[in-house]
Amino acid sequence: MAELTLTNIGKHFGGAPALQSVTTRVNDREFLALLGPSGCGKSTLLRLLAGFEQPSAGSIRIGNREVANADTRLIVPPEERNIGYVFQSYALWPHMTVRRNVGYPLEIRKLSKSDRETRIDAALEATALGPYGDRMPSDLSGGQRQRVALARCLVSDPTAVLLDEPLANLDVALRASMQGVFCDFHQRTGATMVYVTHDQAEAMAMADRIAVMNEGRIMQLDTPEALYARPRSRFVAEFIGDGAVVPLTGTSHSDSACEATLLGTRLRVETDTPTPEMACLRPENLTIAETGDIRARVERVTYLGGRYRLDLVAASGEPLVTQSNTRYAPGEHIGLALTAPWAFAAA
Amino acid sequence: MTLASANPSSSRSEGRLLSLILGLAILVTLAPVARLFFEGVTAGGSLNLTFFSEVLSKPATHSALRHSLVTAGLGTVISVLIGSVFAFLVALTDLRRKAALVFCLMIPMMIPPQITALSWTQMMGPSSVLLKTLGLAPPLGAPQPLYSPGGIILLLGIQHTSIIFLTLRAGLRAIPQEVVEAARISGARGFRIWWQVVLPLTLPSLLAGVAITFVTALGNFGIPAMLGIPAGYATLPTLIYQRLAGMGTTVLAEVAVLAILIGIVAITGILIQRFFQRRQRVHLVGSTGRPLAIPLGRARLPVEITLWLVIAGILVLPMMGLLATSLVPAYGVPLRLDTVSLDGWYEALFRQPSTRRAFVNSFGLSIGAAVVLMALCLPLAWLMDRHQTRLSRAFDSLLDLPYALPGVVLAIAMILLLINLPFTDLSLYGTIWIIFLAYLARFFAVMFRPVQSSLRQLDPAMNEAAQSVGAPLWRRLRDIVLPLSAPAAAAGAILVFLTAFNELTVSALLWSSGTETLGVVIFNLDDSGETVMASAVAMTIVFVVMILMAVIQLTSRRLPKGVVPWQS
Repeated sequence: MAELTLTNIGKHFGGAPALQSVTTRVNDREFLALLGPSGCGKSTLLRLLAGFEQPSAGSIRIGNREVANADTRLIVPPEERNIGYVFQSYALWPHMTVRRNVGYPLEIRKLSKSDRETRIDAALEATALGPYGDRMPSDLSGGQRQRVALARCLVSDPTAVLLDEPLANLDVALRASMQGVFCDFHQRTGATMVYVTHDQAEAMAMADRIAVMNEGRIMQLDTPEALYARPRSRFVAEFIGDGAVVPLTGTSHSDSACEATLLGTRLRVETDTPTPEMACLRPENLTIAETGDIRARVERVTYLGGRYRLDLVAASGEPLVTQSNTRYAPGEHIGLALTAPWAFAAA
Repeated sequence: MTLASANPSSSRSEGRLLSLILGLAILVTLAPVARLFFEGVTAGGSLNLTFFSEVLSKPATHSALRHSLVTAGLGTVISVLIGSVFAFLVALTDLRRKAALVFCLMIPMMIPPQITALSWTQMMGPSSVLLKTLGLAPPLGAPQPLYSPGGIILLLGIQHTSIIFLTLRAGLRAIPQEVVEAARISGARGFRIWWQVVLPLTLPSLLAGVAITFVTALGNFGIPAMLGIPAGYATLPTLIYQRLAGMGTTVLAEVAVLAILIGIVAITGILIQRFFQRRQRVHLVGSTGRPLAIPLGRARLPVEITLWLVIAGILVLPMMGLLATSLVPAYGVPLRLDTVSLDGWYEALFRQPSTRRAFVNSFGLSIGAAVVLMALCLPLAWLMDRHQTRLSRAFDSLLDLPYALPGVVLAIAMILLLINLPFTDLSLYGTIWIIFLAYLARFFAVMFRPVQSSLRQLDPAMNEAAQSVGAPLWRRLRDIVLPLSAPAAAAGAILVFLTAFNELTVSALLWSSGTETLGVVIFNLDDSGETVMASAVAMTIVFVVMILMAVIQLTSRRLPKGVVPWQS
């Protein structure tokens, strides 16, 4: 097991930058999720870690070993990095049985047949694939294939496991149960894991920390809770969780609190910057109350099961989002009470 | 995530291997062509085009060029007429027994052209055993109707029908069924669907098929040699053959010019075909899973009968003629129960040492070519797809040349290249190795293209997964790439074997006593008047080919998908 260190990584594909000056560290035994919209560079970052791509700038270390350096043109090929990689398409070799697929890394490492059998059995057991060893990949369901892919990378004790949208091809129910499999796997092995996804619910459910990426940069790297409660940019505030971002003015600081004007009302805000310019209003920051701070009109009502999501337009014109336990009709006017929202600098 | 932009990480070992194999492949395929071109434009080592223009201005050259263009052009028209009707009906309608139809239509392509020519002459003409037996033979002294431009055109057309059929059917298969269904929902029916929807969409593949058929017909040697030489009607390939056979290697420079001439016409054809194939990438969206089956209704039975009659006419009847000739004691004797004789077969197969040698040679050459090409093409195609250098791209666009160029052209190129091995007094001319190297050059593309397209469809993650678990280059080649592209490689090998086994054009100029191939033996037997023996050997080859095809067809269900070349 080892930590992964990226220093000032850049990557171009024929001119267009896919990654720009990414510097970050994945701690030993950590489960890190790379989250972002498609095209943000998260898969490229993962492929750089695996060694499938070479960085155009910067360097990468796995543990104490430098595996890529754009300046010295050092590049350790993937086959010498001892990492595990789980592909979105599973990448099971269709001409090998499940056992052979799982045992192939051990074949490469020239383990004796009995050693191999023991470890294959253990890996199949751990992924609940025991009875399927002699099947061909084509005879398995999507979830089973994914578990074979996981067993294959588990079998050789990799220093880190990289997962590239491994659940993207599964249906919703299977996804939930596979999330459990990944978490168990992480807990049992303590492997350093980097998990690429565009599904924030997936990232929130599993990761210790999440790196939110956009346009080739890491916008914020934090725990899921911190990302939700304390975003540092408009992109992260809007990308993570539900809610609305509104501008604020007239910040004034006192000893322990900060006040500002937003949506035409003066309000206490939470912040850690001296000059916040935006505030993030989560649904739970807005409570429906006739005597509230502001008024808003209901635009659309969506039933979420047990509660309703309301799209609103504030009297001052900003769109807002809240939730309620009762249905409102579009066009209705309601009052909203605000509790201290999180405020951040605009960038 | 495109991986066309190479994979830098393991590029060092892969790069080295690529340059090694690529160098070898260029030496095998392109060096002869380059040597030929050099010979044609130089005289005594310096650039000199006067000789070039001198040969071009000879009347014999002009008439041969004209004959080549006329026979190849009109032959292509016949191929298009038969092949496209079959392709449209098989691909679009609810005909029964499609697999059998396709199989029978494939046979003419697998039967060597000189056998096609021989079998047709045995079916028609004054000395046809078949016609004599039936009492229908024209009087002795009447001309053999096939010894004419018309005969050459007809047989070229039939010989290459399957090329049109295959390219067109591939294009038709790419048409999503939704496109046709949408036309039917909109109220279009029958002929209108074909005319307004299907034909425009398949036009590019039809035109590509036309171009490649024309090029193949242009390079055909067996048919104009068997039918044209007796009629004094020379095409460019037969003119080259006659010059070379008549005066030996001293006329190399002259035939090099002729070869370049025919090469230019062929390359023009390829460029046209490339152009249309690129155009073919109209973006068709939709599933192509289920084959179309537009009901023919009451017309189905008559259509089926007509198609089978055509098959009988172009396949069964000539074979009957060939068989009949091979079973008489002497040429010209009618076949009756009391005259049936296996003497010809016995003499040809067991007495003549050259036939036995030819069987050994042809088997060895074609199996050897298939094996060597497989070993060369698999890693090369894979590496070329992953590391696109300028050299590999250039090679990719030129590697069809030795196959597309007429066989005689390649043979001349081989003679020029190998008659004196550089830096030595050795010569490969007259040995079996010159034929073997010529086969490698000629059939390189036949092996390379299917392997290449199957590797392109391979999920790059298959290889990356092996890389991530620590497999070095040669392990990945052996454990992942090889087994996954094996079906395509097997299909390529089958095609190489079948075409090399029947090949005449290349070896006609390269053989010498002891290195005859089967094609050469038949040609020589017929040339020296031993028509009965020639028919017997030809029948044997037809049987061998048909048995091979049938075995492959019958085992196709057990083979991985894609191994059988004529079932895409």
